[in-house]
Amino acid sequence: MDLTVFRSIMTVLMFLIFIGICVWAWSSKRKKEFDDAANLPFADEDETDEQN
Amino acid sequence: METNSTYNYTVIRQFSIMTVVWGIVGMLVGVIIAAQLVWPSLTFDISFLHFGRLRPLHTNAVIFAFGGSALFATSYFVVQRTCQARLFGGPLVAFTFWGWQLVILLAAITLPLGITSGKEYAELEWPIDLLITVVWVSYAIVFFGTILKRKTPHIYVANWFFGAMILTIAVLHLVNSAAMPVTLTKSYSAYAGAADAMIQWWYGHNAVGFFLTAGFLGIMYYFVPKTAGRPVYSYRLSVVHFWALVSTYIWAGPHHLLYTSLPDWTQSLGMVFSLILLAPSWGGMINGIMTLSGAWHKLRTDPILRFLIVSLSFYGMSTFEGPMMAIKTVNALSHYTDWTVGHVHSGALGWVAMVTFGAIYYMLPRLYGKTEMHSAKLMELHFWTATIGIVLYITSMWIAGVMQGLMWRAVNADGTLTYSFVESLERMYPYYTIRWLGGVLFLIGMLIMALNVWKTVSNGKPTVAAIPQTA
Repeated sequence: MDLTVFRSIMTVLMFLIFIGICVWAWSSKRKKEFDDAANLPFADEDETDEQN
Repeated sequence: METNSTYNYTVIRQFSIMTVVWGIVGMLVGVIIAAQLVWPSLTFDISFLHFGRLRPLHTNAVIFAFGGSALFATSYFVVQRTCQARLFGGPLVAFTFWGWQLVILLAAITLPLGITSGKEYAELEWPIDLLITVVWVSYAIVFFGTILKRKTPHIYVANWFFGAMILTIAVLHLVNSAAMPVTLTKSYSAYAGAADAMIQWWYGHNAVGFFLTAGFLGIMYYFVPKTAGRPVYSYRLSVVHFWALVSTYIWAGPHHLLYTSLPDWTQSLGMVFSLILLAPSWGGMINGIMTLSGAWHKLRTDPILRFLIVSLSFYGMSTFEGPMMAIKTVNALSHYTDWTVGHVHSGALGWVAMVTFGAIYYMLPRLYGKTEMHSAKLMELHFWTATIGIVLYITSMWIAGVMQGLMWRAVNADGTLTYSFVESLERMYPYYTIRWLGGVLFLIGMLIMALNVWKTVSNGKPTVAAIPQTA
């Protein structure tokens, strides 16, 4: 295959992967999962610390 | 006592304290070499203190000793608390601390002696490179091992950034440091000519992109939400900008080699990818700053939040400046001038150091059985001395750099150069003095921090933090 054709295919492929990641990230199925993940820093509050 | 049902805070305390110590050392060396540029005979021509020997000591100390210790401390804190698991690896954990300190100590001895491989930001000779590899692989085992034994279902986005940093730095270090040893203190690079230059700047720029950006974005993604008291603005944006950032940064290195013997297409590639980088960089900045929406009033009262938000502003500014400087025609003016030095420091002082200060101020009291630092006033004072220091530093370097660029390219009607190099150097005196002053202010801020840390630690007791027993 011509190298230029290969490079063009790669460019288009990378673009499609990027679009794919965006679609995946913004699909409504992910909403709950992402909300849970976003709250992870608060799942473990400092109140659990015991001091001695 | 720390047990298997508590977090490992000991290693975080060690790295946090050393962050402050190495910050002072690295910035002090920076102030000395800035002074040497104003007063060239300052160090009496002692070879160990020559600019060429101290400059790599400065960069290694601030990047790998100060920045590195901060990354170890924060990543160990974040990965444990968001995975609700104690650090994996047992004795390996302590080894990462002592091993990393040994690397720094060896750097501090060999660099002033002039023992160097001559690769920027990778100057350390091969035996130290091997030690770095062992420590870094141990770090990877500890970090990813902890992720594997997590009790939470998800891997929080901050850990993705830390993880990308650890993996990529391992690859970069191994490839760029490949060398043929001649003696214990001398080796030759495995690469030659333009290929060597390209590999060096593939390494060099990704040291910026992964060590100083991805790693510190990891810090941002935990400590900004924690301090603001609300989850990150958009978790979806964080996912997309993570993948965009890591897959774009890796191609941007050739912008360090524009108008050199590097193949032209490679130069253009580096320029284009640097321009694209603006988008994922600003994605991160916007995500961080917008986390505060609805809580802006906290900026007025919380000095930690102020450090974090100002760091994000500098991040946004320097990630706009960087792509702009990577445009070939702009680079023709800016390259080899002090504009580059100013750009680096708006990133290093404004972004990396400020976000580190915020994170340490948040973590430290919690590591020593308290909820707040000893003095909010001292944090406030640190904030303002540091901010004024950065502004003096970067504005003087902008003026100096543009002036150099314009003087060096000026030609007479007959094609001869209008100015000699020394004429441009002579014009630098006032700007180099202002830069030195900016550096002094930043160092003073660091000393204020050390005082505050000292007071907090000496009045506190090491925290033993139990891991929540929920599943």
